[in-house]
Amino acid sequence: MSDTHQQSIGYVRDSMLPETAPPLGEAGAIKWARANLFSSVANGILTLVALFTIYLLISAVLPWILNGIWEAPSIRACREILDGATGGCFAVLTERWNQLLFGFKYPSDIYWRPTLAFVLLFVAIAPVLFRKVFPAQMLVFTALYPFVAYYLIWGGSILIPIFALLGFVVGYLVYSRFVAQSFAAGFFGGIVAALLFWYVTGFLPVEGILALEEVPSRDMGGFMLNLILGTVCVSLSIPFGIALALGRQSDMPIIKWICVVFIEFIRGVPLITLLFVANVVLAYFLPPGTNFDLILRVIIMITMFASAYIAEVIRGGLAALPNGQYEAGDSLGLDYAQKMRLIILPQALKISIPGIVNVAVGLFKDTTLVSVISMFDLVGMIRGPILASTEWNGVYWELLSFAALLFFVVCYGISQYSQWLERELQTDHR
Amino acid sequence: MTTLSDPPRGAFRLSMLINDTRYRSYTFQFIALVIVIAIFGYLGSNLMANLRAAGLNISYGFLGQSSNYDINQTLIEYSSRSTHWRAAMVGILNTMLVAFLACITATIIGVLAGVLRLSPNWIVRKLMAGYVEAFRNVPVLIWIIIIFTIMTAVLPAPNAFRGDNPTASMLFGAFAFTNRGLYLPAPVWGPGSLIVALVFVASIIGVFVYRRYATKLLYDTGKLLPMGWPSLVILFVPTLLVFFVLGRPISLDYPELKGFNFQGGIQVLGSLIALWWALAIYTGAFIAENVRAGIQSVSKGQAEAAASLGMRPNRIMNLVVLPQALRVIIPPLISNYLNITKNSSLAIVVGYMDITGTLGGITLNQTGRAIEAILLLMLFYLLISLAISGLMNVYNNAVRLKER
Repeated sequence: MSDTHQQSIGYVRDSMLPETAPPLGEAGAIKWARANLFSSVANGILTLVALFTIYLLISAVLPWILNGIWEAPSIRACREILDGATGGCFAVLTERWNQLLFGFKYPSDIYWRPTLAFVLLFVAIAPVLFRKVFPAQMLVFTALYPFVAYYLIWGGSILIPIFALLGFVVGYLVYSRFVAQSFAAGFFGGIVAALLFWYVTGFLPVEGILALEEVPSRDMGGFMLNLILGTVCVSLSIPFGIALALGRQSDMPIIKWICVVFIEFIRGVPLITLLFVANVVLAYFLPPGTNFDLILRVIIMITMFASAYIAEVIRGGLAALPNGQYEAGDSLGLDYAQKMRLIILPQALKISIPGIVNVAVGLFKDTTLVSVISMFDLVGMIRGPILASTEWNGVYWELLSFAALLFFVVCYGISQYSQWLERELQTDHR
Repeated sequence: MTTLSDPPRGAFRLSMLINDTRYRSYTFQFIALVIVIAIFGYLGSNLMANLRAAGLNISYGFLGQSSNYDINQTLIEYSSRSTHWRAAMVGILNTMLVAFLACITATIIGVLAGVLRLSPNWIVRKLMAGYVEAFRNVPVLIWIIIIFTIMTAVLPAPNAFRGDNPTASMLFGAFAFTNRGLYLPAPVWGPGSLIVALVFVASIIGVFVYRRYATKLLYDTGKLLPMGWPSLVILFVPTLLVFFVLGRPISLDYPELKGFNFQGGIQVLGSLIALWWALAIYTGAFIAENVRAGIQSVSKGQAEAAASLGMRPNRIMNLVVLPQALRVIIPPLISNYLNITKNSSLAIVVGYMDITGTLGGITLNQTGRAIEAILLLMLFYLLISLAISGLMNVYNNAVRLKER
C-alpha cells in the first residue's frame, strides 16, 4: 500500500537539487554596479557624469604622457620631433634634472654629497617612524644625522659639526649631573654649559681639517632646498612648539601672556610677510656688521611660524586629556617637570600626532614660498632659470606637473604614514 | 592623628625663591620678563644703531607722498598721482575682494565634494577622494601658477576674436575668455533702477518673513506650508514685474572688440581669476574633508531615530544631521577662510595688486621703507585674523551644545 502510494506521488523529491548560480542581475559585477552605480536615476546620472569626467581627464592626459619626448636639446627640437602631434616635452626634465633637484649653482661634481645625505635621511628617520621594526640602537645614528648631513651638504671642516655635537654632549652631561636635584637646574645648566662650550670652541682654528669642498648657503637650490627647509624647520619647531604650548597652559600670567601674544601674532600673519621680514627687515635687528646668510634667516622665520602652529595643535592635545590625569600626577607627588614628562606629554603628544603631521605637510608645501623672495627652490628654479632660458621657454605643463608630482608623492606619503601611526597607537578599545 | 596644617611659616630665605612652590613661579616669571625685555632691548638698540649708520629713520611720512605707479585693478578711484596710503587702500580692497570670492567658491566646492565623498555611488566617491588628495597634497603656489598659466598661455589673445572667420568666439556672445582676462557684460543702471533694486531687497526680506510665518504655523497648528516654490515666487516675481513695468531700466553693456582689445563690459583680470580659483579649489579640498568629518561625526543613531519617526531623507538631512554637523564643521571652516585670506598674499606671484603687491611690493621698493611697510602689512593681516577669529568665537558660543 505504502509503496504504491509513494510511487504515485511524483512531486516528492528524493535527491537534493544542485545549487544553481544566482540570477544574472543579482550577482557579481552587475549586482555591484546596480547597487553602487545605478541605484536610482539621480545616481545613474552622477555615475555617467563621473565617467565622462574621467574620460575627459584620461583622453587629455594619456596621449600627452605616452607620446612624450624624453630626449631633445630644446623645445623647438622637441616640437619638430612631435610634428604637430599631442605630446609632452619631458626632455626638459631629463636635461634639467640636476638643476631641478640641486639648483643651478651647486657644484656638479659633488652632487653625490646631498644625494648621500638624502639616502641617509631614510636610515636616520626609519627607527623614529617604525619603532617596532628597527632596533633602538639605530637611534644613535638618528642623533648623529643632523651633523653628518650638515657636513655632507655644506662641506667645510669636519670640526664644526663635531664641536656642535660635542656641545650637545657637554650639555647633556651637565643636565644628567644636576637633574636629580631639580629639573630646572639640570635643564638650564645644560643649556648654559653647551653655550659656553660653543663660545670657547669658536676661538679654535678649524680651517681645513678633513675639509670637504665648502658650498655657501646661497648655492643651495631646487628640490633639495625644499627638503632642507622642510626637515630642519619641522624638527626644530616641535620642541619649540611643546614649550610654547606648555607656556600657554601655564598658571604664571606673564609667561602665559608672552606665549599667547607670540602664538597669535605668528598665526595672524601670512608666512610670506615673515619671509619678507627675513629678507629685508631682519638684518636691521642684528648687530651692525653681522652677515647672516639668507637661508639661516629663512629657517629662523619658518621655524617660528611652524612652532606657533604646532603649539596650538599640542595645546589641543593637552586640553583633550581628562583632568584626572593631571590630578593623578599631583597625587603621586610628582613635580611639574616629572608630571609633564611621565604622564601628560606622552598622552598629549599621541593625541596630537595627526595635527602635527598636518602642520608638517602644510609647512613642507609652504617652503615653496621662498621662491617669492628670490630663492631658487623647485618652484623658483622652474619659474626663474628654466622657463626663462631660450631652450625651454614655454614648457609649462611638463615642469609644473613634475613639481606637483614630487610634492604629491612626499605629502601623500607622510599623511598615509600618519594615518597608519594613528591606528598603531590606538591603545584604547573602541 | 595628625591633621593637615599649613606649611611651617619660617622666615623668608633667599633659597625659597627657587625651592618653595609659593615663590618659585614669581622667580620664573621675573626671569622670563627680564629675558624678553633684554631681547627686545637688544634688537631695538641694534635697530637704532643700524638706522643711524644707514642715515635712515622710522617715519610714516611716505604714506602721504604721491605713489607714481598705476594699479591695474582698482575698486576705488585711484591714479598714479594718488598717495601711497590710497594705494594701500586699493590693495586692501583687492585683498578683500579675492578673499571674499574665494571663500564663497571654496565653500560651494567643498560642501559639494564633501557630501559626494559620502555618496553611495562608488565611482563618484573615488573621484572626489582623488580630487581631495590631489589638491591637498600639492602646494597652493603651484596651483596658482598652473591656473595663471592656463589664463595667460592657453587662452586666445583678443585679436583671435577678430575677422570673418575668428579662431575664438565669445561664449553666448557675452563672455570673452582672453589671455588678458575675462570680459563680461556690465549692468547699466538707468533711471528707475533704484526702485527695482529696492523691490528686490524687499522681496528678500519677504522671503524670510514668509518662511518664519510658515515655521510658526507649523509649530502652532501642525499645518505644513510649502517652502520651496513660494520662496522663489516671492523672490523673483515682484522684481521682474517692476522691471518690465518701468520699461527695463537696467540694461547690459556687452564687451565688444574694438581695435586691439575689448571695450565695454567688465574686465576680470586673469591674475584675479587665477588666484581666486586656485585658492577656491585648493581650500575646497580641505573644506570637503571638514564637511565629511562633520557629517560622519553625527552618530548613525540620530539619522535612524529620525527615520523611525517617519521623516523623509532630505528632512533628516536638513533637520537632524546638518544642524549637528554644522557645529563640527563651522570652526575649521572659519579657519579655512582665514587661510584663504592669508594665502591671498600669494597674489604677488601672479601680479595681482593686493595689499602685499602695493604696500609690501611696489611702495616698499620705491620708498625703501621696509620696516614701516612690512609692519603695516602685518598689522593689517593681524587685524583681519583677529576680527575673523573674534566672529568665530561669537558664533561658537551661539551654536554650542546647550547643556542644562
